[in-house]
Amino acid sequence: MFRIVEARDAGLNIRQFVIEAPRVARKQRPGQFVILRVVDNGERIPLTIKSADPAAGTITIVVQAIGKTTSLLNSLGAGDSILDVVGPLGHPSAIAKYGTAVILAGSVGTAMALPTARALKDADNHVIFIEGARTRDMVIFEDEVRAASHEAYILTDDGSYGEQGLVTGKLEQLLADGRKLDFVLAVGPVPMMRAVARVTAPLGIKTMVSLNSIMVDGTGMCGGCRVLLGHESRFACVDGPEFDASQVNFDVLMQRNAMYRSQECRSMQAFEQHREEELARLRAAVDARRKKSAELRARLQAQGERHHA
Amino acid sequence: MPDANPLPPKERIKIPRVRMPELDAGLRAHNFDEVNLGLCPEAAVGESTRCIACLKPGCQIQCPVGVKIKEVMALIHAGEFLAAAAKMREDNALPAITGRVCPQESQCEGGCVLGKKGQPVAIGNLERFIADFERHSGQLGLPRIEPATGKSVAIVGSGPAGLSAAGDLVQKGHRVRVFEALHELGGVLVYGIPEFRLPKSIVREEVDNLRRMGVEFETNVVVGKSVTLDELMRVEGYDAIFVATGAGLPVFLGVPGEHLNGVYSANEFLTRTNLMRSYRFPEFDGPIYDCRDRDVIVVGGGNTAMDAVRTARRLGAKTATLVYRRSEAEMPARVEEVKHAREEGIEFRMLTNPIEFLGDEKGWLTGARCVRMQLGAPDESGRRRPAPVPGSEAILPAHVAIIGVGTTANPLIQSTTPDLATNKWNYIVAHPETMRTPKRGVFAGGDIVTGGATVILAMGAGRKAARGIDEYLRTGEWDKEHANKL
Ligand SMILES: Cc1cc2nc3c(=O)[nH]c(=O)nc-3n(C[C@H](O)[C@H](O)[C@H](O)COP(=O)(O)OP(=O)(O)OC[C@H]3O[C@@H](n4cnc5c(N)ncnc54)[C@H](O)[C@@H]3O)c2cc1C
Ligand SMILES: Cc1cc2nc3c(=O)[nH]c(=O)nc-3n(C[C@H](O)[C@H](O)[C@H](O)COP(=O)(O)OP(=O)(O)OC[C@H]3O[C@@H](n4cnc5c(N)ncnc54)[C@H](O)[C@@H]3O)c2cc1C
Ligand code: SF4
Ligand code: SF4
Ligand code: FES
Repeated sequence: MFRIVEARDAGLNIRQFVIEAPRVARKQRPGQFVILRVVDNGERIPLTIKSADPAAGTITIVVQAIGKTTSLLNSLGAGDSILDVVGPLGHPSAIAKYGTAVILAGSVGTAMALPTARALKDADNHVIFIEGARTRDMVIFEDEVRAASHEAYILTDDGSYGEQGLVTGKLEQLLADGRKLDFVLAVGPVPMMRAVARVTAPLGIKTMVSLNSIMVDGTGMCGGCRVLLGHESRFACVDGPEFDASQVNFDVLMQRNAMYRSQECRSMQAFEQHREEELARLRAAVDARRKKSAELRARLQAQGERHHA
Repeated sequence: MPDANPLPPKERIKIPRVRMPELDAGLRAHNFDEVNLGLCPEAAVGESTRCIACLKPGCQIQCPVGVKIKEVMALIHAGEFLAAAAKMREDNALPAITGRVCPQESQCEGGCVLGKKGQPVAIGNLERFIADFERHSGQLGLPRIEPATGKSVAIVGSGPAGLSAAGDLVQKGHRVRVFEALHELGGVLVYGIPEFRLPKSIVREEVDNLRRMGVEFETNVVVGKSVTLDELMRVEGYDAIFVATGAGLPVFLGVPGEHLNGVYSANEFLTRTNLMRSYRFPEFDGPIYDCRDRDVIVVGGGNTAMDAVRTARRLGAKTATLVYRRSEAEMPARVEEVKHAREEGIEFRMLTNPIEFLGDEKGWLTGARCVRMQLGAPDESGRRRPAPVPGSEAILPAHVAIIGVGTTANPLIQSTTPDLATNKWNYIVAHPETMRTPKRGVFAGGDIVTGGATVILAMGAGRKAARGIDEYLRTGEWDKEHANKL
């Protein structure tokens, strides 16, 4: 089990967790993710690693509640435990000295892009971070965004904070101003990433997007996360999650992400009706598991001593 | 051993083969309960009577791990079920599992002399019987564990190869820790083979047994990602490693339309149902396509395809059709599964191959364009090569299409361990007897070496590896030439 050592709200329906996961903490690189399963009857969902503290053996993740699993997760606090956390998965972001690097991030994508932005800055790129959010309450990690970049722009769809507009609008404005951009990374909702690709592809600017396909195992075993690149099929969990935006078929990604919509709605409705019971059940299950593994350990130890005596 | 069987051989071979009691086909097509119910002791003893105790038992020669079947049969006949189980375990560490899933018709039972004229002895059913008897007796004695050697072994992967190696090595007094990428232990036995063929509780019991023997398990570790082989040895101090990661990478057909919603790899379809229990959605959160009243086709002819099509049926599919490009005679699936599938109302479309998947404007699958095939000359595998019949295209309606045409090596370890040798299909190269790889201290076996094979072969490889590892740990010798001469 993986203990939550710290939990705090980062924005509307967005929560940051620090979790004990020593193996992941030691090995993770910017751009990689974990897959976690909160409870016994839960599903496995992928979440990007925002940062890690190898000495403390912890990783930080940021979760936006959109369905049952993320909502359940976001109801947890420090001291609670997550049943399974596996990683780090996927390829790390390709970090190089590109020149001027632009990061475009929408909503929770900001948290996902932060480690790569920092690494690009450390690699002597001039980093421009464009953060977009629907509204003021969803602007997250502004201080970290500023610290990870040389120029930062915050935009909201409704103009309630920062500039009003879309991140692609800002990108086009930079280009219109004659800025030479050498590298672009877009992380966020699929329509946003597709819009970015449409701007940069004709200009031949190297552009990467982080694809959020539906995953199960995360080890290349099921093929459920497959995405279409040109005419080639690739597995987002092991070949990605970042891919060359000019090759990605975004329509297929959106279509495949809609695969379980009706089941997801059912799960979410049931969860909203029974939130407290679900949480009580989760905590009871965690306690039972703790007790069982303590007993097993004691028994094994006693047995082991007998065997090797 | 004296022949305890009083009947003369001529009489014995006249006894008809026992029939395995089964759940009613109409009922079981709608639930995930185990199909075969198991023999009662009387039936088991009766069946063992049929064995004529051959001087040169063909059954044993044909069993990949050489189970002493003749002696086991005599012990069953004498009612010594626990002794029979112990005899079985000398060669086969997982009899409750192999009794259920071995392709007996091409192995032990294929070699049984009674099969030449009539029906072979039901060796698989008897193996299952004594293993279940032993499990339920609560008298499963723990094997003797030798004094601690102070050496430790890391095993990567908890499928049958990894589990059997773990059992043997811990008995030799080595510290053993199994690392598994998924959250459950058992490999294909838990994520691939469905509950109705192999109840997960059996795999769990085998794992618990190993735990009691002192084997340590760590789930949620993807070796190659969470930790590399070199780190396991240099940082975590393991003296040897056994790589048993299986052949888990799904193969797609590479035809247009494979990205439509409703097209699955058999691995995904089976993992969602078995590992994530989506057949119990919404009680379990992991979703799967709602197959109720839908048409499902499954492409392939092996156990994987058969498991997928029978799973689809149980999820409520209106039609569940197996589409295979050769004829039934070439299907590699176990004979019993084919029989069960038929009884459950699975339709078979042999000599048929999809060449394109078709969908609606929203990207949901509506059907598969298929061609008829005809069999030509035998290919290198000895099976007759199928070729398309020109002008035979037709559309098969389908809401779900599951591709179960095979798997290949999972490359995660190979790509992070450049000094492991691999062949052109990316399988790890290992010595066939010692299971050594060219990398000092690293052994490999099971599907990751042979490609997708069988549970018993993986188990046999695990036991060979355990011997190889034990020898290396005792002598410390790593004969380089020997390892390179592969
Ligand atoms: C590599 C990777 C990294 C990710 N990192 C983060 C992260 O750091 N923080 C974070 O909050 N989320 C992240 N996600 C998305 C996250 O995994 C999904 O939000 C989560 O699986 C939804 O689960 P749920 O049960 O709460 O919602 P569901 O009920 O499963 O889904 C609700 C809605 O989200 C859509 N959806 C389902 N799965 C995904 C998915 N994988 N990606 C996008 N939309 C999906 C559905 O179509 C549905 O409309 C990442 C996804 C991937 C593939
Ligand atoms: C659906 C299906 C049905 C089958 N039916 C039969 C049957 O009826 N009879 C029969 O004899 N055979 C059958 N087989 C074949 C049989 O299951 C396999 O040959 C056997 O399981 C191989 O065993 P293994 O130990 O080599 O690998 P696996 O069982 O594949 O186990 C490998 C394990 O390693 C883990 N792993 C992989 N990579 C890593 C990593 N990097 N780090 C940590 N862990 C890792 C995997 O998650 C997995 O748990 C079937 C196979 C399938 C898929
Ligand atoms: S292990 Fe398999 S092949 Fe060998 S005797 Fe048992 S069922 Fe037959
Ligand atoms: S070949 Fe058949 S009859 Fe002969 S020993 Fe084996 S099981 Fe008995
Ligand atoms: S999530 Fe299963 S292959 Fe990528």
